[in-house]
Amino acid sequence: MDCGVPFCQGDTGCPVQNVIPEWNALVQQGRWKDASLALHATNNFPELTGRLCPAPCESACVLGLIEQPVAIRNIEQAIADKSFSEGWVVPSAGAPDSGFRVAIVGSGPAGLAAAQQLRRLGHAVVVFEKDDRIGGLLRYGIPDFKLEKEVLELRLRQLEAEGVQFETSVDVGRDLHVTQLRDEFDAVLLAGGAQRARDLRVPGRELGGVHLAMDYLTQQNRRVAGDVISDASAIWAGGKRVVVIGGGDTGSDCIGTAHRQGAAEVTQFELLPEPPKDRAASTPWPQWPMKLRTSHAHEEGGQRDWSVSTTELSGDNRRVQKLHAVRVDLQQGANGPQFVEVSGSGFTLDADLVLLAMGFAGVREEGLLSDLGVTVGPRGAVSTDAQYRTNIPGVFAAGDMRRGASLIVWAIREGRDAAASIDRHLRNAASTGATRRHSVGASA
Amino acid sequence: MDDGLTEQQGLYDPKRDERDACGVGFVAHVRGTPSHQIVRQGLQLLENLAHRGAVGCDPCSGDGAGIVVQLPHEFFRRECAQLGMELPRPGGYAVGMLFLPTDAGERRACELLLENIVEEEGQHVIGWRDVPADLAAIGPVARAAAPVFRQVFIARGKSTEKKAFERKLYVIRRQAENAIGTRGGFYVVSLSSRTVVYKGMLMPEQLPYFYPDLSAPDFASALALVHSRFSTNTLPTWSRAHPYRFLCHNGEINTLRGNLNWMRVREASMQSRLFGDDLHKLYPIIADGQSDSMCLDNALEFLVRGGRSLPHAVAMLVPEAWEGNPHMNLDRRGFCEYHSTMMEPWDGPALVAFTDGRMIGGTLDRNGLRPARYVVTDDDFVVLASEAGALDVPAERVVSKGRIKPGRMFIVDTVRGRVIEDEEIKRDLAARRPYRAWVTANRVGLDELPEPISVAQPDPETLLQHQTAFGYTQEELSMVLTPMAVNGEEPIGSMGTDTPLAVLSQEPQLLYGYFKQLFAQVTNPPIDPIREKLVMSLSVNIGPRTNVLGERPEHARRIRVRGPILTSAQLEKIRSVGEREGDPHFRCTTLRALFPAAGGARGLHLALESLCRRASQAVHEGNTMLVISDRGVDADWAPIPSLLATAAVHHHLVREGLRTEVGIIVETGDARDVTHFALLIGYGAGTINPYLALESLVGLVRSGNLPPSVDEPTAEAKYIKAAEKGLLKVISKMGISTIQSYCGAQVFEAIGLGPRLIERYFTGTASRVGGIEIAQVAEETLRRHRIAFGDVPLPGRLDFGSNYHYRSQGEHHNWNPLTISTLQLATRTNDPKTYEEFSRLVNDERNRPSTLRGLLEFAEGTTPVPIEEVEPAAEIVKRFATGAMSFGSLSAEAHETLAVAMNRIGGRSNSGEGGETPDRYNSERGSAIKQVASARFGVTTEYLVSARELQIKMAQGAKPGEGGQLPGHKVDPIIAKTRYSIPGVTLISPPPHHDIYSIEDLAQLIFDLKNVNPKAMVSVKLVSEVGVGTIAAGVAKARADIILISGDSGGTGASPLSSIKHAGVPWELGLAETQQALVQNDLRGRVRLQTDGQLKTGRDVIIAAALGAEEFGFATAPLIVEGCIMMRKCHLNTCPVGVATQDPVLRAKFTGQPEHVVNYFFFVAEEARRIMAQLGVRTIAELVGRVDLLKQRDLSSHWKACTLDLKALLHRPKVAPTVATHQVTTQHHPIEHVLDRQLIEASEPALERKRAVRAAFPIRNENRAVGAMLSGELVKRYGPSGLPDGTIRFNFTGAAGQSFGAWLAKGVSLTLEGEANDYLGKGLSGGRIVVFPPKVSRFDPAEAILVGNVALYGATSGDAYLNGVAGERFAVRNSGATAVVEGVGDHGCEYMTGGVVVVLGKTGRNFSAGMSGGVAFVLNLDGKFERRCNSSMVALEPVEEEADVALLKKLISRHARYTGSARARRVLANWDAMLPKFVRVMPIEYRKALEARERERLTEVKNDGGNGRSTRVPHDQTRRAGAEAGAGANEGLAGVLRTGAG
Repeated sequence: MDCGVPFCQGDTGCPVQNVIPEWNALVQQGRWKDASLALHATNNFPELTGRLCPAPCESACVLGLIEQPVAIRNIEQAIADKSFSEGWVVPSAGAPDSGFRVAIVGSGPAGLAAAQQLRRLGHAVVVFEKDDRIGGLLRYGIPDFKLEKEVLELRLRQLEAEGVQFETSVDVGRDLHVTQLRDEFDAVLLAGGAQRARDLRVPGRELGGVHLAMDYLTQQNRRVAGDVISDASAIWAGGKRVVVIGGGDTGSDCIGTAHRQGAAEVTQFELLPEPPKDRAASTPWPQWPMKLRTSHAHEEGGQRDWSVSTTELSGDNRRVQKLHAVRVDLQQGANGPQFVEVSGSGFTLDADLVLLAMGFAGVREEGLLSDLGVTVGPRGAVSTDAQYRTNIPGVFAAGDMRRGASLIVWAIREGRDAAASIDRHLRNAASTGATRRHSVGASA
Repeated sequence: MDDGLTEQQGLYDPKRDERDACGVGFVAHVRGTPSHQIVRQGLQLLENLAHRGAVGCDPCSGDGAGIVVQLPHEFFRRECAQLGMELPRPGGYAVGMLFLPTDAGERRACELLLENIVEEEGQHVIGWRDVPADLAAIGPVARAAAPVFRQVFIARGKSTEKKAFERKLYVIRRQAENAIGTRGGFYVVSLSSRTVVYKGMLMPEQLPYFYPDLSAPDFASALALVHSRFSTNTLPTWSRAHPYRFLCHNGEINTLRGNLNWMRVREASMQSRLFGDDLHKLYPIIADGQSDSMCLDNALEFLVRGGRSLPHAVAMLVPEAWEGNPHMNLDRRGFCEYHSTMMEPWDGPALVAFTDGRMIGGTLDRNGLRPARYVVTDDDFVVLASEAGALDVPAERVVSKGRIKPGRMFIVDTVRGRVIEDEEIKRDLAARRPYRAWVTANRVGLDELPEPISVAQPDPETLLQHQTAFGYTQEELSMVLTPMAVNGEEPIGSMGTDTPLAVLSQEPQLLYGYFKQLFAQVTNPPIDPIREKLVMSLSVNIGPRTNVLGERPEHARRIRVRGPILTSAQLEKIRSVGEREGDPHFRCTTLRALFPAAGGARGLHLALESLCRRASQAVHEGNTMLVISDRGVDADWAPIPSLLATAAVHHHLVREGLRTEVGIIVETGDARDVTHFALLIGYGAGTINPYLALESLVGLVRSGNLPPSVDEPTAEAKYIKAAEKGLLKVISKMGISTIQSYCGAQVFEAIGLGPRLIERYFTGTASRVGGIEIAQVAEETLRRHRIAFGDVPLPGRLDFGSNYHYRSQGEHHNWNPLTISTLQLATRTNDPKTYEEFSRLVNDERNRPSTLRGLLEFAEGTTPVPIEEVEPAAEIVKRFATGAMSFGSLSAEAHETLAVAMNRIGGRSNSGEGGETPDRYNSERGSAIKQVASARFGVTTEYLVSARELQIKMAQGAKPGEGGQLPGHKVDPIIAKTRYSIPGVTLISPPPHHDIYSIEDLAQLIFDLKNVNPKAMVSVKLVSEVGVGTIAAGVAKARADIILISGDSGGTGASPLSSIKHAGVPWELGLAETQQALVQNDLRGRVRLQTDGQLKTGRDVIIAAALGAEEFGFATAPLIVEGCIMMRKCHLNTCPVGVATQDPVLRAKFTGQPEHVVNYFFFVAEEARRIMAQLGVRTIAELVGRVDLLKQRDLSSHWKACTLDLKALLHRPKVAPTVATHQVTTQHHPIEHVLDRQLIEASEPALERKRAVRAAFPIRNENRAVGAMLSGELVKRYGPSGLPDGTIRFNFTGAAGQSFGAWLAKGVSLTLEGEANDYLGKGLSGGRIVVFPPKVSRFDPAEAILVGNVALYGATSGDAYLNGVAGERFAVRNSGATAVVEGVGDHGCEYMTGGVVVVLGKTGRNFSAGMSGGVAFVLNLDGKFERRCNSSMVALEPVEEEADVALLKKLISRHARYTGSARARRVLANWDAMLPKFVRVMPIEYRKALEARERERLTEVKNDGGNGRSTRVPHDQTRRAGAEAGAGANEGLAGVLRTGAG
């Protein structure tokens, strides 16, 4: 496929601007190393997107108009894996030291991508992570059955070798005051993610056994990584009747994890109606299709139910035992679509563990953001201009923190773009006579 | 007013752009006996050629007519005596014919100045005479501009020898011209002791009335040369009428800019014993601001006065093609080669008729693209003219008839009293000096030189860095370099271009990207460099050019190179040749073209200045070759763009008068594609070593990117081959044949280059919207340089690039995933909101301008009107047309869907050039516009009469000036059927229409089409380029009803990538220029103007209307609506959505609906209405030409676009209020009184009752397209099958005008006793044409010319029997007619795809070039046919098969019976002896296709009644198609079929 207009590119396709036609062709010609170069030219972490991306490129693939689309994501993963196994992922030489220092807050995909880009442009980069390990959502949000953490480690070793400095267990704004941050660095990139999960506001929410999905997933990741989890704080699905509220990817990760922990029953509720098996007419090619998505976790077992709204949680001994719900109908109202309860549709379900995977409500404002004084928009994300600049000069934002919860590819793209913008900012500052505050020696 | 041409206003520059063409002829008495009869006959001849001239806005003011005669001594003696002047004997005085200012004081001043010069030069003014001129006899426009007409009589000075008198007069004239200029219309019409010219802005018939002198009985001459002019403007210009002092010219000089520059620079090296010190008084040899013909006249005059004979000078300026002719006499070849080192050809279509008062003659350009026929009588008269029969000559007096052949000359020498033919002229010239020996002794062939000791080797370490510094991309390597290196061909692409103009791109662009190739259309034809390569030449002479007036052996001391692209080893050879041989002729030095990267724009500027200085110095030091080299780029040094360096040095040396002293060789990293090379050569480079492109190839080979079969030497050789083939194509699309005359010819237009840059470095190049200067050029170069050598290490691979295919990170493409999918969604769901989203995506160019219209916005301060008052969308959509996309490029489904949609909304769809299946005619699926393109596929009478509009495609946006080729494997049964060919046989579209070599030819074709279908509008499709307005003015005068100005960016078919990207300019420029030109010439009111080229939205429509368009064409957008997703695979037949493919599996995937297309057009119209309401305009009609509603948007934020200035685009011509600015009336077509009206009347019994009809009529050359209107009538009533053969029979006597029997329908037989002109049997559709010379003739018909050029062009069926010789290109693109003829000129049976041709005599050269089908039988009497045949596609075989023998015999018998041919009778009488002398010319592919078809037929017969029915339908269609293709020849082909299958 040598498409004149590759729809896997651009607004209909790959957010990270992967030059898919090129590396497809190179793989077809057996030129894997060139393919690896081409792939890494736009994507810092193809081993991640090759595993985790929902692949909007494939749903926009021209071949998909008439046949099954090209399996772009699989090709991407193959190239990435081969790059590691053949030893092609080596530290690449960067530009000479610029003398500038950049702080990156958050070590998720956005922060890491920006870090690598900025380092390669010659800037000293320090990545601050509030947790004890680098990786953000990659580390603690994604279960190992979707992303073996060794893959992440391999990539982090490259970043370290290229000279990116990591500071873990530093919650900037608490452990490190923003004044100090501004003082030590010429620019700051906020890439702390969308940490506030959307909660369920129903009676019984406070009962034991009702948890946010991210707390559940993080704990499991720690457990797998060998951390010791106290019984008191353990969230464990083994032998339990588990209900996952929320039909998205996080919900699906909870299901997979629950299965692995030996759950007795798993049920997933979704507020929206069941989507069609194939592409809905309302989302024609090459748009991202509205359709039923079934993950491996779903295939492993459990029930899925749609058009369900949870109304109450109830139980004894302060532990949840039952979930009360109604069925809803999606109707077109005066102010857009709204959910209307179907009368007489109430039902209950036995539940020992309820996991809330209902999406994210925005950034955590207190501390870092409020101290810096950056503006947060109505949708709970940091406001920036097209150049990723916040209202505070020298402070940039990228990834979920700026965009709201989104895909890893978008995080990488934003990290890259923000890095380019920061680089321009620094070089302009230098050329307009603003002196460098850090000599090369000082940055070492 | 000076010479009558107004100054440039806006985009239209009448001075620069004017073209003309015309009718030419002369009458002479061979023995030089003067008579008044000759003058009278000359005038009569002129009048009979009137239809080749034109009239402008004022029907009584012609474009120009004139006559040159020998000085009528008796007349002048008598006239002067009356004025008290006594004239010396002939030879002792000269007459100056002058146009003088009307202001008496100014006039007197001119006269005094002239008199002073005459006296200073030692001659003596005898006196002045007022030339009687009847101003009442001419039109008001001409009258208003008329000068005062006076003659001055000058006696030869005592010290001036008789021989030197003419030369002295020339010196006087040049000084007078230099002293006075064109002030007040001052113009020396002629100043000679031998000839005098009478001419003016007249119609041919006005000439004798206007100048009563011409009617005086003692106004006598032995020769009269006349000219009737067709100009592309209507501006009053008296001086530009022909003849000039030496010549009149029917044609156009395509290489003019280069010729002028080279003439200018030669001045420095000129020396002449004859002129002595007078030489400098002549400079400039060619004054500025003249037409191409005037310039050629100046050059000819200069060479003749400088001592060369008239034929010698003509042969130097318009040489015949010699390099591609291996059979040429070696002395003659020596002559040609020797002179090629002194003078580059003045190249272009030309019939040049010339006289010095003693000799009179004519010559044709090497292509022979203008007709010239002559007769010689037994009483010593010779008549030569553009047409036969233009002067009645009693048939019984004719001793010989002939035509001037391509590159040949014909002379009447009235002193020697002889007619001298080409062979003798050239033999005499070649024998003047030992040219051949001089050449052999002095020429150094590059291949003969020893291999160089060391050659720079590619360095893989720095390759990537250098590639980056020179802007290479991965895409370029894979899409451009790889195909060139692997296939030896230029890469092909599809679907036009949709990236921003270079000046609008945010990315740094190569300087090359700012230039667009110019191309030939209408006034001059492009050439087919493949099929007609015998006229083409790429060879280059390196070394200094010496004194053009001299003639010494050293003139030939040059290095001769086969082609302009050098390998690095070849360059080293050249570098070292001088040192090794110690020959001062070959001293070579290298000038570095680098600038300090840290120096920025100033650094670049200083480096350029220094480069120019070093170049001058190098010349002064005696170097004869300069290598301009950008080797040595590193972190500190950036390359000067090599085009800039080359043009700067070239123009600097031109200005310094040093340019002829050196050859320029460019050693560069940035040139890699065909257009780059063309640009370097066009701006002065002789040869080019593209070292980095060659190193990149090595890189590709070593990294395993190329197939294993392509090693390094192969890649290099194929790449150079591809580049040179591409160069041939680029020069041929401008109608230029040799790279030598392309050098420095600057046939480019710049878009986005600023005035200072143009003026200093690209002097004379059109650049009409301003643009970048040296600062931005430096910035673009340095941006690349920073990436290559900056701080950040390169990522190990090149940038991907996105110039051809969309990439999300790269260049903006207007058609991108979002715009395509949004448009499709909007039209499929009929959702206005989604359409608005689409139109916003397209229209909003504020942040990323990509088109010129994107730089415009609507003027403020208009008063809106309620939208209800704006005309309804249903009215607006009637102005919409879909573009010409052939059935063949599109699938039947896609093609018909467009037709249905357009018919439903009252718009018009376009058949494209591939014909249309007859079942669609007059149905909802039929295309309202039927295209007539160069290949004439399926252009039958029925096709023509079924159209509402007939569109003559002169050029197409994606590849203007080029032909095309549909490879055999894509010609499926249905396509074959509609194109009247057979499946599997390659179909070639020639670059030119072979019946349009000039503007008057176009007028003829329009006339032809109007005759066949008087109800259809005739439109002419032009492609936007500088000067298109001028051409459009000519087209309007040629009586087109509609003119379409097509943009450069469209194009749905396959086309070379370099053409898609680099030829033609946006429609905005062409449309605005056309509007301005038509208004200024008061021609706008009578034509409709249409535009197309990536129109997408209602905003586009409004802008187009404001710039002058009444109608709007869309092609890509409706295709996208139908499902096209811009895969750009049209040329591969693999379109995944079934739009542009013939593959039945893929066609099944087509999902387009007419409703979607209808939705789209209504969305566009509604959007247009909203804007109209906002602008306060109620109808499109009132919007046309309202440039005041537009203004240039603020571009200050864009680093390059901020330099643009669209003032010229938005110019509104200042004209009188009576001058229309949009269409208000219709053309007058002179078809009311054509002979066909009588024929139709006489045919009534046949037309009404199918009864047989016979009648006889006299005919003459003014009766044109005879039979066409009758055929149209007949087919309208009876369809294509017409009437039974011979139902209508007409006999004619006389000389038939052009297009005799055009589209003659079945049932009509025309018999002509006499002769016929060009285009006989054009489009023959079943009728029969018989022509034989008058029974009383004394010449041998088999040796005499009988019919003109291009007979049977595009004939589809019918037959013709011609007892005589036909001109060039007989049966070109014949697809089914049968013809017997006694001899043909060059290029016979070219591009033929079907039918049978029998030639009972000699053929010219290049017979059967591009012949892919049909069969020819040639009587090879002299045994040399093989030499004259182009056998690249055919096999030459004996005629042995029974069926062939029978067919041949039958056709010859018919020929004998119909025409009385003596030769046919002799052949039949000696059949057994003659048969072996016949050669069967059989296209190889055709035979294979026939065999395959026969095999299939046999299989099917075997299977008949069986069950395998899936392929049955195509087989039936195959058979039908074949039967039609071979109409008239079935018997013979059946025989072929049988043997093939056996």
